[in-house]
Amino acid sequence: MNKLRYAGVLTAAALALAGCGGEKVGADEPAASGAKDCGTFNLAVNPWVGYEANAAVVGYVASKDLGCTVVKKNLKEEISWQGFGTGEVDAVLENWGHEDLKKKYIEDQKVAVETGSTGVKGVIGWYVPPWMAAKYPDITDWKNLNKYAAQFKTSESGGKGQLLDGDPSYVTNDEALVKNLSLNYKVVQSGSETALIQAFRDAEKNKKPLLAYFYEPQWFFNELKLVKIDLPPYKSGCDVDPAKVACDYPPYDLDKVVSKKFADSGSPAYDLVKNFQWTNEDQNAVARMIAVDKLTPDAAAEKWVKDNQSKVDTWLGKK
Amino acid sequence: MASITGSVEFEVRRPRRSVIIGILLVVWVAAYFLLRGIDTLVLGGQETTAFHRWLTDHRDDVGQGNAVFDAIRVGVDHFVVLLQNVLAQPSYGRPVPVIGWLGVVALAAYLAWAFGSWKVALLTAAGLGFVGLQGLWQESMDTLSLTIAAVLLSLLVAIPLGIWAGLSNRAFRVATLVLDLMQTLPTFVYLAPLTLFFAIGPAAATIATVIYAAPPAVRLTAHAIRSVPLESVEAARSLGSTRGQTLTKVLLPMSRSTVVVGINQTIMAALSMVTVAALIDAPGLGQTVLTALQTLDVGVAFNAGLAIVVIAIVLDRVTTAAGDRPWRTASVRRKVLLGAGAVGVLVAIWFSRTYVWAAEFPDTVNLGSRIAVIATDVTNWVQDTFGGFTYGVRDAVTNGLLNPLEALLTGSPWWLVAAVVVALAAVLGGWRGAVPAAVCSGLLVATGVWHDSMITLASTLLATVVVVVVGLALGVWAGRKHRVDTWIRPVLDAGQTMPPFVYLVPFLALFGSSRFTAIAAAVVYAVPVTTKIVADGIKAVPVATVEAANSVGSSSWQVISKVQLPVARRAITLAVNQGLIYVLAMVVVGGLVGAGALGYDVAAGFAQSELYGKGLAAGLAIVLLGVLLDRITQAAARTRKFNGTVRGDKL
Repeated sequence: MNKLRYAGVLTAAALALAGCGGEKVGADEPAASGAKDCGTFNLAVNPWVGYEANAAVVGYVASKDLGCTVVKKNLKEEISWQGFGTGEVDAVLENWGHEDLKKKYIEDQKVAVETGSTGVKGVIGWYVPPWMAAKYPDITDWKNLNKYAAQFKTSESGGKGQLLDGDPSYVTNDEALVKNLSLNYKVVQSGSETALIQAFRDAEKNKKPLLAYFYEPQWFFNELKLVKIDLPPYKSGCDVDPAKVACDYPPYDLDKVVSKKFADSGSPAYDLVKNFQWTNEDQNAVARMIAVDKLTPDAAAEKWVKDNQSKVDTWLGKK
Repeated sequence: MASITGSVEFEVRRPRRSVIIGILLVVWVAAYFLLRGIDTLVLGGQETTAFHRWLTDHRDDVGQGNAVFDAIRVGVDHFVVLLQNVLAQPSYGRPVPVIGWLGVVALAAYLAWAFGSWKVALLTAAGLGFVGLQGLWQESMDTLSLTIAAVLLSLLVAIPLGIWAGLSNRAFRVATLVLDLMQTLPTFVYLAPLTLFFAIGPAAATIATVIYAAPPAVRLTAHAIRSVPLESVEAARSLGSTRGQTLTKVLLPMSRSTVVVGINQTIMAALSMVTVAALIDAPGLGQTVLTALQTLDVGVAFNAGLAIVVIAIVLDRVTTAAGDRPWRTASVRRKVLLGAGAVGVLVAIWFSRTYVWAAEFPDTVNLGSRIAVIATDVTNWVQDTFGGFTYGVRDAVTNGLLNPLEALLTGSPWWLVAAVVVALAAVLGGWRGAVPAAVCSGLLVATGVWHDSMITLASTLLATVVVVVVGLALGVWAGRKHRVDTWIRPVLDAGQTMPPFVYLVPFLALFGSSRFTAIAAAVVYAVPVTTKIVADGIKAVPVATVEAANSVGSSSWQVISKVQLPVARRAITLAVNQGLIYVLAMVVVGGLVGAGALGYDVAAGFAQSELYGKGLAAGLAIVLLGVLLDRITQAAARTRKFNGTVRGDKL
C-alpha cells in the first residue's frame, strides 16, 4: 500500500515535468471585439426546439452584427414573463397566445409590450400517424371518428376510444370538444410532449392506432408527417365559451413580447427583435439542424444566416 | 359471565382486527355497487373551483423586495457564484476557472484521502476523470457547485433541527408534519413563486433544492438520536454528565453512522433536483438533460444523467468513508504523508492555473458521444425486443388490480370513502389514526380535487406496496451481506439520481403513456431509499443478539423474522414512511407520463397561469394524501404487538 502511494507521488511528479512544455493560460486571448453600444441582451429561451431556433438566430445576429453580450436564460414561459418585471428578461421570441399572461403583464402591470408577429403560424389540432391516414382515408373527417373509436381503446380509456392529450403548457378544449361533438372518446392526459412524441413513434412503427393532440411547427414533423383531423372549421368567436366549444382551434399568430424597459432603452437589439420575422419553413430549417443534425444552436444559426443574408439585412434595417 | 366473555375477547383479539377490516371492505364494496356515481366530485381538466381562482388571484401576494429575502438571496447567490468561479466558470478576468480540472481532481482526491481512505480517493479521482472524459467537465462542475452549496446550507439547518427533534417529543411531532410538507409538496408548486421571491438565478435554484433535500437529514438525525439505547444515556447521566456532555459525548457519537445515512440521502435528493432546477435556469448537467430531451435524444440525456450518478456515487462514498473513519489523531508518518500530499495538491493547482492542458479538460477522447450512441442502441434494442410483451403486463396489472381499486375509490361517494378511511384508521391505529384521517379527508374535499386525489391514491397505494415489498427484501439482503450491499449501492444511487425522463423515454415505449408507467417510475425512485434505511437498520442489530439466535439453531428465516426485523422495527417504520413519501414525490413526474390526476394538475398549474390555483390545490392534496397514509401506518405500527419480546425491541 505504501509503495502504491509513492508510485502515485512519482507519477504525479513525472506528469508535472512532462506538462511543463504546454501552452499557457491566456496566451491566445482574443482582443476584445469592437463592441458597439448594445450592452447585455437577456434572452429567454423556452423549452421547445422551435423557440430555440428563433433564439439561436436572433442571438447570433445580435452578438455578431450588433456586438451585444447575449445572455440566454432557459426558462418556462410564465417565469420568463415574470422576468420582464424584475428586469431579468428582455425578450420572449415565440409566444403561443397566452392571453392571460398578456393581460397580467402588459395591461395590468405594464411591464411588457408586444412587438408583433414572428411570421410563424401555429396550428393546434388532433393528429393521427401517417399509416392510419393511408389505410383509413376517411378518418381525417371528424364525423367518422366514432366509427373507429373501438380501435383506439387502451387500458387507460375505460372502454371508449382514447384521445391522447398532451403537454400541460397549452390550453386544450378537448374535453368540451369530445362532449359537444358527441364523440365516443375519453381524453387521457399523456402529460408531456415527450410522451406524445414517443406515442406517435411507437404507433407508426408498430402500426398501432393513435389519436392525439399535437401542434405545428414542431421538429418532429421532420421525422413523421402526422395527419391532421378536420374538426368543424374555426369561426371567429366560436370558442368564446370554453364549455360550449364545438369547433377547431384557432390559427395562432406566434408573436414576440419584450419588457417595457428594454423597449425604451434604445438598444439596437430591440430594433432587431422588433424587425425579426421569418416563416415556418425558415424556422423548420434551423430546428431541423438542431434536432436532427445535432448542430449546436449557434452553428445552426450561422449556417442559416449565411444562406439568408438578405433577410437578416432587413431585420438590421440595412436594406 | 363477565370473566368468560373477557377471556374470550382476549383469545380472539388478534384475528378480530382483520375480521373487522374484512367486514368493512365487504360493506364498502356492497355500498359501492348501490351508490356508484353519486357525489363523486368530478372536476374536468380545465375546470376550477372558487377556491382555485382565489389562490390564482393571490399568487403574487407573497411579493418580492422583502429585505430579509433579499439578504438571503444576495448571500446565497454570492456563495454559489464563488463556488462556480473557483470550479466551473471563467472568472476574475481569466478565460478559465480559478482551479482547473487537474487542481480540482487533485484537491478532491486529497480531501477524500484525508477524511476518508485512499480507496475513496482513487474512486474520487476516477469518477471526476470519467465525467471529464464524457465531455461534461464544465457542466459537472456547475452542478457540483450548486450541489455543494445546497447540501451545506441544508446541513446547516438540518442537523441542529434533527438534534432538537431527537431530544424533544413535541419538536419531533411538529418537525414530522413540516418535513412531510417539504418532501411531498411538488416543487412545481413553489418554483414560480420562489423565482418571484428570490429572482431568477442560482439563489432560487439552490433554495428550491434545499427545501426538498434538507428533510432526510433532519429525519435521520432525529431517528438516530432517538435510537440510542436509554441505558447509555442513563449511564452517562449517572456519571454526572450535563445535558450538553451527554449530547456531545454519548448521543452524537453513537448516532454518527445513521446521521451519515441522512447526509447521504440529502446529497441524493439534492442531485435528483438538478433537472427540475434547470427549469429556472440553474446551470449545469440539468440543462444538458433538458435540451436533449426536447428532441428525445435519450443517448445524450443518458450521458449527462450518468455524470450526475457518478457525482452522486463519489459524494456518497466519500461522506460514508468519512463517517466510518474512527476519530483518532494521526500518526507522525501519516502527518508527513498528508503534508506531502498537500504540497502535491498545491503543485497541481498551480499547474491548472498556468497551463491550458491542466486548466481545460482535453477533449481528444470523447467518451460522451460513444456512451450516447451505445445508450441509444440499447434503448432501441430493449424497445424492439420486449415491446409487445410489456403491453400485456401493463394491461394485466391495470385491469386486474388498478382499475378495480380506482373504480372503488373514484366511483364511491366521497362521504363513503371518507367514512371507510376513518373507520379503517380507527381499527388500525385507534384515535391516533382516526383523528388525522378525518381531518385529512375533510381537507381533501376542501381542495376541490377529490376525484383526482382518489385516482392518484389508487396508483400510490399500489406503488407503495411494491416499494415496501421490494425494499424490505433488498434491504434485508443487503443488511445481512456486506458484499451484496457493495454491489447493490451503485444501482440504488442511480435509481435515485438518474433524471427520471432518461429512463422514462424507454418506459414510455414499453408501456405507453399510462398509469402503469407512472407506477414503474415511482418504484424505481422510491425503492433505493427504502432499501438503504432497512439495510442500515438491519446492520444496526447487535451482533450478539443475532449470534444468540443462531446458537439456538434458528434458521435464517427465523433470525430475520423473529430477531432482525422486530429489532429494526423503528428503522422499518421510517423506511415505509420514506418509501411512501418518495412515491408521492414522483406523482408529478407520473403526471407527465400518463398518470393524469393530481400530477397533471400540478404540471398544468405550473405551465398555465390561470390554472395556478388548481395546481397549488392539487399539490396540497398530494401532501394531505401523504400525511393521511403516513399517520395511519405510523399509528398501526405503534399499536401492533410483536410475538415474544426481544430485548432490542426497547431500543
